[in-house]
Amino acid sequence: MVDQLSWKVGGQQGEGIEKPGDLFATALNRLGYYLYGYRHFSSRIKGGHTNNKIRVSTRPVRALSDDLDILVAFDQETIDLNAKELRKGGVILADARWNPRLPDGIENVRLIAVPFTAIAQEIGSALMKNMVAVGATVGLMDLPVEPFQEVVTELWGRKGTAVVEKNMQAIARGAEFVRQELGGPLEEFKLAPADGKKRLFMIGNEAIALGALTAGARFMAAYPITPASEIMEYLIKVLPKFGGTVIQTEDEIAAVTMAIGANYGGVRAFTASAGPGISLMTEAIGLAGMTETPVVIVDTQRGGPSTGLPTKQEHSDLNAAIYSTHGEIPKIVLAPSTVEECFYDMVEAFNLAEEYQVPVIVLTDLALALGKQTVEPLDYDRVEIRRGKYLGDTELPPRERLDLFKRYELTPDGISPRPIPGQKYGIHHVTGVEHNEVGRPSEGAANRKAQMDKRLRKLAHFRMKEPLRVYAPHAQPDVLFVGINSTEGVIREAIERLEREGVKANHIQIRQLHPFPADDVRPYVDAAEQVIVVEQNATAQLAHLIRLHVGAREKIHSILKYDGNPFLPKEITEQAKGLLKAKELI
Amino acid sequence: MDVKVSFKDFRNDVPPNWCPGCGDFAVLAAMQRAFANLGLRPEQVAVVSGIGCSGRISGYIHTYGFHGTHGRALALAQGLKIANRDLVVVAAGGDGDGYAIGLNHTIHAIRRNMDITYLVMDNQIYGLTKGQTSPRSAMGFQTKSTPKGSIEAPLSPLMMALAAGGTFVAQGFSSDVNQLVSIIEAGIKHRGFAFINVFSPCVTFNKVNTYDWFRERVVPVETIEGYDPHDRKLAMQKLMETDGMLTGIIYQDPDSVAYEDRIPGFRKEPLVRQPLKPSREDFEALVAEFV
Repeated sequence: MVDQLSWKVGGQQGEGIEKPGDLFATALNRLGYYLYGYRHFSSRIKGGHTNNKIRVSTRPVRALSDDLDILVAFDQETIDLNAKELRKGGVILADARWNPRLPDGIENVRLIAVPFTAIAQEIGSALMKNMVAVGATVGLMDLPVEPFQEVVTELWGRKGTAVVEKNMQAIARGAEFVRQELGGPLEEFKLAPADGKKRLFMIGNEAIALGALTAGARFMAAYPITPASEIMEYLIKVLPKFGGTVIQTEDEIAAVTMAIGANYGGVRAFTASAGPGISLMTEAIGLAGMTETPVVIVDTQRGGPSTGLPTKQEHSDLNAAIYSTHGEIPKIVLAPSTVEECFYDMVEAFNLAEEYQVPVIVLTDLALALGKQTVEPLDYDRVEIRRGKYLGDTELPPRERLDLFKRYELTPDGISPRPIPGQKYGIHHVTGVEHNEVGRPSEGAANRKAQMDKRLRKLAHFRMKEPLRVYAPHAQPDVLFVGINSTEGVIREAIERLEREGVKANHIQIRQLHPFPADDVRPYVDAAEQVIVVEQNATAQLAHLIRLHVGAREKIHSILKYDGNPFLPKEITEQAKGLLKAKELI
Repeated sequence: MDVKVSFKDFRNDVPPNWCPGCGDFAVLAAMQRAFANLGLRPEQVAVVSGIGCSGRISGYIHTYGFHGTHGRALALAQGLKIANRDLVVVAAGGDGDGYAIGLNHTIHAIRRNMDITYLVMDNQIYGLTKGQTSPRSAMGFQTKSTPKGSIEAPLSPLMMALAAGGTFVAQGFSSDVNQLVSIIEAGIKHRGFAFINVFSPCVTFNKVNTYDWFRERVVPVETIEGYDPHDRKLAMQKLMETDGMLTGIIYQDPDSVAYEDRIPGFRKEPLVRQPLKPSREDFEALVAEFV
């Protein structure tokens, strides 16, 4: 028996590869296993190789595994491209119809040709070959067929019981075929029993959307883009029940600007996009900063620059998120590391946007946005709504007709009271031009300085409650790992391996990227012999931020990856070992 | 009991920085009179404007006002209307704002048909940047950026609005304030997007399209016998015949349904007055979908 397995299903894009993977994973999640998935796909609808890699474990996993135990192949290309990933003794389950073969140089791997298509056709339709393939996996892992009944019923129940029965039959027949072929269960593919607890199984984009809704966001304006579209799609489905709505705009400029307009009107509103869309939004981000209008913007990072790698993993928007827009504005950038944090950080993003009256950018990455994974229960009671100096629910005292409300009143903390349109005694003007306390254009030197200082004062001492995600068992570690976004799991896994070799390692994930929490980061950097910053970009953006804000230039090293694929644990382990050896720490 | 509102209630104490004689003064006065005639109170109105000479208008009127980014007044206005459908939202800007940098939003706002009124102060030139060509400049029009005359065809905004599915398409002229007031009133009352182009001469940089030039050419729809503003085809035909010089309400769809009334589940109660955090039961039902 084993406590984890790695499974991959591959084929041509547009042939319904997602379904067997999703069904397989959902059933296992309901048995209480922890799952972590990553979809490899291309920016096209039909054709091209696609695969879905899923790790199943009896304990929490937040990274892909180095190698593969089981490969389910719907075409020879899947075998040719992925067979090298299989561990010694790994198994390929492939459709017998096209006479699958092992590529040259691949040894110690077992290929089982299963008549996916033939069995499906016998049952009634070649389309069910996907289910036969799921069954083949069930047989190999010696799982019971019953847990799949529930998921299959949910998926095809509305098409009638006959369809459900046929799909279940396909699973059973696939399982039976492999069981016969093996002669008896193989212990190395048999998972230890899970705890049976029901946990959530979702992608980061769904957690982002659910977080926004729970925080009170009732309007989203967005333009479709990979890998952010699921956020709008989810809200299009659920917002009507809460009286809210989503507008698919003509472009990202309209999207962010509409969100700003709605926030000005007093409604929590946001937009979500990825690199190219975020680039288009930069002028409006400055408008939000200048007019002190709250707005939340999600950037699901993908490979840049330009159209770049639309369906691949990268962290190259850090600088763009922090610095983009001309001029100088206060801005907050959050970077959740897990699906749970996507949910809670979205709630916090809406609170911070209103409390500080600034744009808040929530950075995620493609692996976090689209990777489906097991998620611990989300806590309703942890969601609190804080609106700062919002006055929309307050009756304002009477004032003379032209005594305009001081929307930009110079206050000690820089944050001014915020009435909303419609309020009788709240009339004021808002402009992206430099303005005075009532929002009228004013270019005077003294006013300019006073208003600029006021805006920047708002975040001068800003620190969110937990700006870092910390794992620091050692007072004086050999190495401190610093990561961002979805690298959390893979770094932790690399650390476990290094610890087995005697390396003392601490780990922080940057959750509050901007303003940079230098005072929080510094003690961890100071305590460590060496610092390794892990990020998926070519120019070490995060490492440079640490050098800029914390210093310690000589001991900060980078492990970078920018080929579009997420880190594997062995890549970090090996490179870290190399660095530590050079420093004679191992 | 409500005191009767006057156009003076919409005046503020900021002297506009427009040139003496600028057509935009008349647009400002017409807006103030239209708001008063409709019995609106200043706090019920939000004027959202773009960038350019005309974009300053939100600062010269006593209502809520948002002076945003160049070309994006309509995006701001639509977001605001979604947030609070009880507000009277009026967007305003120039021909550069609405037909050059922001044309994308103009067309899509017309298609979307939110209950917003949009005034374009059309002077066929860029004023604030001191005299460059605009998408409304005539072929051959000489400006700083087209010293040998414009070599691009001018845009026909009203035909464009009709082609985009406009449900209220009108045109005014700064020297006919009474007509403009009645157009704006009708536009605000219209259930949907009211698109109003206003010939608003630039007395400083446009020496061709002057008040007199327009006076000689405009054709008020009232002067056309049998003109029916509910006939889209006729509207298009007359616009072509007059080279876009028709004024008045050129087309109005009496059956127009505003975007807000088409949104599934959208309530009459403005979004801004609805609760933020969902109930525990609703939250648990949402989460259960992911088990």
